[in-house]
Amino acid sequence: MALSCIVALLLCSLSPPGSVAARDVPNDGGGNILVTWTASPDSDIVGYQVLRQTRGDTTWDTLTFAGRRATSYVDDAARNGVQYQYKIIAESNTEAAEAPVSGYATAVPQWFNFDSVPGLIGTVILSFILLYFINRARKNRNLFIRRISGLDAVDEALGRATEMGRPTLYVAGLSSIADVATIASLNILGEVAKKTAKFGTPLIVPSYDPIVYTVAREIVKESYTSVGRPDAFTQDIVFFVTDQQFAYAAAVDGIMTRERPATNFLIGMFYAEALILAETGASTGAVQIAGTDAVSQLPFFITACDYTLIGEELYAASAYLSREPLLLGGIKGQDYSKALIVIVIVVGTLLALAAGLPIANYL
Amino acid sequence: MQKKLPLFLVLVTGIFGAVTYFIPHHSIQAVDETIRNDVMRIIAAFSLVLGVGSILQHHFTKIQRKAANWQYSWITVVTLFVSAIIGLFGGIDPTHPGILPTHIGNFSFHIQTLFVNMMIPLAATMFSLLAFFMASAAYRAFRARNFSATLLLAAAFVLMLGAVPLGRMIFHPLPSFAEWILAVPNTAAKRGINFGVQLGIFATSLKILLGIERGWLGGG
Repeated sequence: MALSCIVALLLCSLSPPGSVAARDVPNDGGGNILVTWTASPDSDIVGYQVLRQTRGDTTWDTLTFAGRRATSYVDDAARNGVQYQYKIIAESNTEAAEAPVSGYATAVPQWFNFDSVPGLIGTVILSFILLYFINRARKNRNLFIRRISGLDAVDEALGRATEMGRPTLYVAGLSSIADVATIASLNILGEVAKKTAKFGTPLIVPSYDPIVYTVAREIVKESYTSVGRPDAFTQDIVFFVTDQQFAYAAAVDGIMTRERPATNFLIGMFYAEALILAETGASTGAVQIAGTDAVSQLPFFITACDYTLIGEELYAASAYLSREPLLLGGIKGQDYSKALIVIVIVVGTLLALAAGLPIANYL
Repeated sequence: MQKKLPLFLVLVTGIFGAVTYFIPHHSIQAVDETIRNDVMRIIAAFSLVLGVGSILQHHFTKIQRKAANWQYSWITVVTLFVSAIIGLFGGIDPTHPGILPTHIGNFSFHIQTLFVNMMIPLAATMFSLLAFFMASAAYRAFRARNFSATLLLAAAFVLMLGAVPLGRMIFHPLPSFAEWILAVPNTAAKRGINFGVQLGIFATSLKILLGIERGWLGGG
């Protein structure tokens, strides 16, 4: 038996992988150990067996069979505080060659992710700019904000619905309350509801998500109360329809064709149903104001709707409609933040270009 | 109090949510996970009850008032109850039977069977309408009324021609040019919009956290 092993080792021509090392994965919540090795120089390698042994144990557990190009593996099943060592075995179709065992490594959970430092710096700078302009808006209440035609048209569109004696339809998108676009849409709904309450225009708000329905109902109720028309609020204004995408689209299309609203608001997050809703609305002759940050749906809204709030305009709408100085200060801060980002991109591009020029040697 | 408590909760949970992005430790991540999944699920379960209540209230009001097309409201209400009873007591599918018999001979009407044979085809029918709506929207968008519309028309023409073999036969570099339009000017425009969107999300979140934006509370 011993002789056959010695003969097998002497006959084995496969080169083993080298420099097997194991270390804790940095900036994570623990439970991960990174194992690295240098590839075997042999071309007939088919892959590497990765094995793990816990300190004090005698057995080796097979973790995975890594492909021939692999030179690292993350053991994501390590227990924090337990010491492990790793063994890599290179395998061809006929032979196997074992590398020296790695040293011991322990998974340790971290209290700070240093990879997110650029994000933290960006967050601090942007927060500072926004807070500065919000604070400035407290002192100077006449901030200039560029005109957004889609929002300027809100009064006109609601006035049209009032004159025609037809309702206004408000669709707050097909996403959950966890989506900021939905929250932005609900902020706009509050302003629209104040106006419909003032004008006495019927409002229809079919909801896709039960939580959004609950929040929307409270917002509309509060808006009606704030303009002195709590009597005009009925439970029928905001109602839950379904959380099935195309069933919802069918229901809203039905409302558009039966109730024939004079004004449709399609504001929030939309998916494939965007064009189905917008085209049906256009076919009923309603004035349509849409707004979304879903870039792939924007062309459909621009085509089928009278006015479209593009991307960030959706987030500026609430401030624009309410004319609340502090909110307008936030928009101003956004604009300056954007200018800062543009400067960073331009400077970064120039530096990247300069790095490729002979001048880079002198920098 | 009615407004201060929600604002306080938003401030605390919002700051906690932001902090978890920078702290990977499993003890913090576990709390975050609980808030995001378990707490949200509990809230969703309660709001679903309110949602079902809203459906019933909305349709019963229509039936009571004999509003236009009130007959359809009966269909909605009956379907809601039948599917709820089958879903709760009739089992999911033939391999997971419930306490009610949900098959007649070989014909099964478990909730999964109903979903696959009714909901999915109906949803697919709605989705397929998109093709016709796209054609009508494209017809409107591609009329060369002004410079922008003409540019859009030209770009769409190049892209469509570049995507079919005929395009390469007419002009060899056409597919590459179509790809360039998608990869360079189109991506640049998308990124520009995305920068604005991300800034808008950031600013809105900050304003909500600080209680400056209160539209979601109904204003004030």
